[in-house]
Amino acid sequence: MDLSLTEEQQLIQQSARDFARGQVEPLARALDKAGRWPAELVKAMGELGFMGVAVPEEYGGAGADNVSYALAMEEISAACASTGVIMSVNNSLASDPILKFGTEEQKREWLAPMAGGQKLGCFGLTEPSSGSDASDMQTTAVRDGDEWVLDGSKNWITNGPAADLIVVFATTDRGAGSRSSTAFIVPKGTPGYNPQEPDHKLGIHAAHSCTIFFENCRIPDAQRLGEPGQGFKIAMSTLDGGRIGIAAQALGIARAAYEKAVAYAKERKAFGKPIADKQAIQFKIADMAMELDAARLLIWRAAMLKDQAATDASVRHTKESAMAKLYASEMATRVTHQALQIFGGYGYSQEYDLERHYRDARITEIYEGTSEIMRVVIGGWALKHG
Amino acid sequence: MDLELTAPQIRIRDAARRFAVETLAPRAHAFEASEEVPADIYRQLGALGLMAVDVPEAYGGSAAGTVAYSLAMTEISRVCASTSVTMGVTNMVGEVLAEFGDEEQRQRWCPRLAAGGLGAFGLSETGAGSDPGGMVTTAVLEDGVWVLNGTKQWISHGDTAEVVVVWARTDGAGARGLSCFLVPGDAPGLGVDAKEDKMGLRASHTCGLVLEDVRVPESALLGPRGGGFRIAMMALDGGRVGIASQAIGVASGAYDDARAHLSAAGSPSQADAFRLADMATHLEASRLLALRAAARKDAGQPFTQEASIATAFETEKAWAHSKDAEELKGDAGLRVGARVERALRDVRVSMIYEGTSEVQRIVISRAALRAG
Repeated sequence: MDLSLTEEQQLIQQSARDFARGQVEPLARALDKAGRWPAELVKAMGELGFMGVAVPEEYGGAGADNVSYALAMEEISAACASTGVIMSVNNSLASDPILKFGTEEQKREWLAPMAGGQKLGCFGLTEPSSGSDASDMQTTAVRDGDEWVLDGSKNWITNGPAADLIVVFATTDRGAGSRSSTAFIVPKGTPGYNPQEPDHKLGIHAAHSCTIFFENCRIPDAQRLGEPGQGFKIAMSTLDGGRIGIAAQALGIARAAYEKAVAYAKERKAFGKPIADKQAIQFKIADMAMELDAARLLIWRAAMLKDQAATDASVRHTKESAMAKLYASEMATRVTHQALQIFGGYGYSQEYDLERHYRDARITEIYEGTSEIMRVVIGGWALKHG
Repeated sequence: MDLELTAPQIRIRDAARRFAVETLAPRAHAFEASEEVPADIYRQLGALGLMAVDVPEAYGGSAAGTVAYSLAMTEISRVCASTSVTMGVTNMVGEVLAEFGDEEQRQRWCPRLAAGGLGAFGLSETGAGSDPGGMVTTAVLEDGVWVLNGTKQWISHGDTAEVVVVWARTDGAGARGLSCFLVPGDAPGLGVDAKEDKMGLRASHTCGLVLEDVRVPESALLGPRGGGFRIAMMALDGGRVGIASQAIGVASGAYDDARAHLSAAGSPSQADAFRLADMATHLEASRLLALRAAARKDAGQPFTQEASIATAFETEKAWAHSKDAEELKGDAGLRVGARVERALRDVRVSMIYEGTSEVQRIVISRAALRAG
């Protein structure tokens, strides 16, 4: 039993922290205000190994473990949650399924440029009328000789406007239940692949998402990811990993708000003393510190299990990932709320970061599985097993 | 980083689990009704190595460490928190003796405690709980004998302890004026005040202790003169790992009960399943927080902050979830004798003893403000 980090993990954490503080943090407020896509940070993250943290070195990745990935996500998201989710989608949602389910050729083609920041990935599962219920997709892929023809639309696709490829899911055998969909890799520039203008959102303004239309979009069978009918399994397995990334993003956002609130509480005076001398403020800080730690341990545990699962097929982390994501995301809403409260009016002002953290936290309770879906997963497990 | 348990940790956990299920579970309600855990239970726990889990083998202990202790506390508490509070306090008395006692003190008391004799702490007083600096019990050295006078309150198994670690003022006001003494349970002048009639932990006796000219030799001084406050803080840090683990156990017991009830009832409503999901998530986080504090203690790293976080987090969740479990059981959960009913009453005090939730937050926020 040892809950401390290894040297390698500490090294990655430190390098992510240095990058986050040195290069990301100084831009974060302006990126948010302008809703500007941080192309230079995406490139830098590729150069530093953050775009393929857990991708093996032989495929151009950093070859680190998933705990390291969670640590890097926390650090970068603490500086800028938009940059964090761009990283998360490329790592967890696009690279991971290619690594796990791709052919050798697909891995050789995509993983190195994705890890290096030359190519950016996105993930197309959600549709206008299907989110939590991913088995009910209207997008179809019809086999035509050696090709597949995709038609339909995907929305809320993070990284969509800038992505060089999408891992997309389409119904191939309606009525086949959990075997009704298939995954494909569609590169940007394929005729019929049409990303739309970025969405307007409450938070993570610099992480562009959009609707993507597939209109008679023809791709060769070689771009099929996994077996026909395996789409749902690939999607669920991918999200099990993605949720660790989002949980770490939520932790980063909350930690940033917390650290700023602690510093502010020591500076700001009221009634002749720093407000940090007031027990009402101290107890808020204690609650935040507790919640951050609880979330961090749940995340590390899920990440550790994901690492074990890579070599031991009997290890599952579905429930642990769901617990980490559920707790961390709701924690981030509570913690950013209280941190903003400590800042008072300044917390509400766009001249400071608290309102950004507060807005950015909200999505973590929704994407890659809402809190309600997490409770369905955990409650279902609890009733069955424990 | 790893979450693997060692063989001795597994051995202790499994021994505790087996004893809880086979021996305690059939009798826990009877203990409650008779307001008594029979002494033979502690002798059996002693034989299993559970009364001195983290005490060196040379003094009769299991030398299995704090992680093992935490796991054992959780397993016993899952079934009977009255038993576990006595076991927990005695374990901490053993640890304090092993850490601060001289060779003679260790040899005299540790093996007895390891075998199931009880040890108690006499810290709280009517006017001194969260702030031990407010203690008024005195010890005066007269011709090579310490004479103790005062009253202690809320002393778990104060009436049946073979030895009580008593804090008393030896050198004036403030934390440095406190010293620690080993007072045998049968010392002349040591009287037991009325047993408290409590909301929960009803099979665990909680008493006041009255010290009237209790005379102990100089060799009864535990640790250095004036070093009492430090011993208290060390005992409480370790004790908090135990209390967090106890709360995890009680909440786990309530959770088990609610879960079995829902599973048996067929397909539960989404609202009920979601409450179960929240309980499971918080229990998982609590376990990790408690084990982290325990592992740090085992590794010789500072763990005060981690112990307070584990305690404040889990005790409040355990209380809320015991209530949830009771509601999920419906009217059956309100019946005396129902595990969830007892859980709800038993777990309440975990937010109070060995440091209230407020004291934990003072500890946590101080460290947070220093670090920030």
